[in-house]
Amino acid sequence: MSANVPPELKYTKSHEWVRLEGDTATVGISDHAQHELTDVVFVELPSVGRKVAAGEACAVVESVKTASDIYSPLSGEVVAVNPELAAHPERVNSDPYHGGWFFQLKLAQPSEVERLLGADSYEKQIAP
Amino acid sequence: MLKRTPLYGAHQRLGAHLVEFGGWEMPLCYSGIIEEHLAVRGAAGLFDISHMGEISARGAGAVDFLNFVLTNDARALRAGQGQYTILCNERGGAVDDLYLYRVDEADYLMIVNASRIEADFAWLQSRLAAFPGGGAMELKNRSGELAAVAVQGPKVAGFIDQCFPASARTAAALRKNDMARFSFAGRAVLVSRTGYTGEDGFEIVADAEIIEALWDKLLEAGRGAGLKPAGLGARDTLRTEVCYPLYGHELDENTTPLEAGLGFFVALGKGDFMGRAVLAQQKAQGPARKLAAFTMAERSAPPRPGYSIWSAAGGAEPIGRVSSGTQSPSLGIGIGLGFVAAEFAHAKTAIGIEIRGRRVPARTVPRPIYRRVEKDFKAAQSA
Repeated sequence: MSANVPPELKYTKSHEWVRLEGDTATVGISDHAQHELTDVVFVELPSVGRKVAAGEACAVVESVKTASDIYSPLSGEVVAVNPELAAHPERVNSDPYHGGWFFQLKLAQPSEVERLLGADSYEKQIAP
Repeated sequence: MLKRTPLYGAHQRLGAHLVEFGGWEMPLCYSGIIEEHLAVRGAAGLFDISHMGEISARGAGAVDFLNFVLTNDARALRAGQGQYTILCNERGGAVDDLYLYRVDEADYLMIVNASRIEADFAWLQSRLAAFPGGGAMELKNRSGELAAVAVQGPKVAGFIDQCFPASARTAAALRKNDMARFSFAGRAVLVSRTGYTGEDGFEIVADAEIIEALWDKLLEAGRGAGLKPAGLGARDTLRTEVCYPLYGHELDENTTPLEAGLGFFVALGKGDFMGRAVLAQQKAQGPARKLAAFTMAERSAPPRPGYSIWSAAGGAEPIGRVSSGTQSPSLGIGIGLGFVAAEFAHAKTAIGIEIRGRRVPARTVPRPIYRRVEKDFKAAQSA
């Protein structure tokens, strides 16, 4: 099964995606990641206002089988978390790039964006 | 190199999500763990269990030997019957848990855990060498030549006999724990009314060469009833809901069947057997730790093996440890099994499960955690 990798997003090696709008970044996990995790049953999100560094573990996604850390792709302050995931964690599986987003950051160091992977590079990384 | 079952090609064609399990490359799921779990609870699911081992014991001396090395009473089996039983060491610890079938008068078959095949066979051989009159039977590891599937769920009895049109008897007429020979593709296959899901169902042991044809025939026969191929993910959530032990989690060489709540399968009155002295003493005194089932009291991350269990009243030390835990697809909450100090093992004890540093409220519940009547109750409520 080939995973959906939208070209307009940025990615990390640890399978988070980033949607950039000005100095705000929305973060979730990729279609490939949700497929590997299997059915998501719980998501633990960071508190709004928390300052996170790029690469810092700041959320946990729990599938039926396993718990996985989610790493902030960029440094910044958490300005919003997805309120839907508490009641509907399965959105991470069914709609990973929209309804299944995790949190939004106000970027502290926008230049870090250059370290993220483009869709082509990420697609190569997850190729079987 | 991971081992593969004769159904590996079938799994690939079905788009299975394959994972490593005890040295085997096995399907975790096909369409999704929750969907497959609910298919088994509501209709039917088909599992590859070819990784499990088959050890035969044949000969006039087999029953006496088996009765000495296993905890249940092998003499209680008629030809065509099976029983759950435990292979114990001298300390009463579990070498493995398994199903013993009396296939014919002096022909017994043990279905053992995949990860324990070599350990079991070596242990059985060493015990046989030391057993008085051990020459009157033959022990054989048939795991390589035999394969097996489990077809489980409330609708299975309605279609399974489509696989055996030439057989005079019907599999659907088998009683729980009974086993009989049926004919498939010109070969004898062993069908038993057993399983590991808490639902009605069957397990079929067949020659490795014909297992894929049988798998395909079952998928075809069950299609109209909603049969889905199901992987190890659903197998684990299903067995956890009904509190069936998984070797390595609820049982190991340092855990006795009495600690694991399996006293029903330990026939202390049958005469001497391996581990009996320790088990009889433990039964008399009561084990210091016992397996308890629990459900989370609030929406939370699922409990996982290894998490600490605390008394709700606090205390300086945990009272136990989670052995199995998951999100229950049937109940929609976190559930688990864990060993706790005996005074906390009775149902309705308020406990806390430590999840990433936080003690999340939970309570012990009677086993099984999930019962079929609850499903009927839910259905009646929503009707």
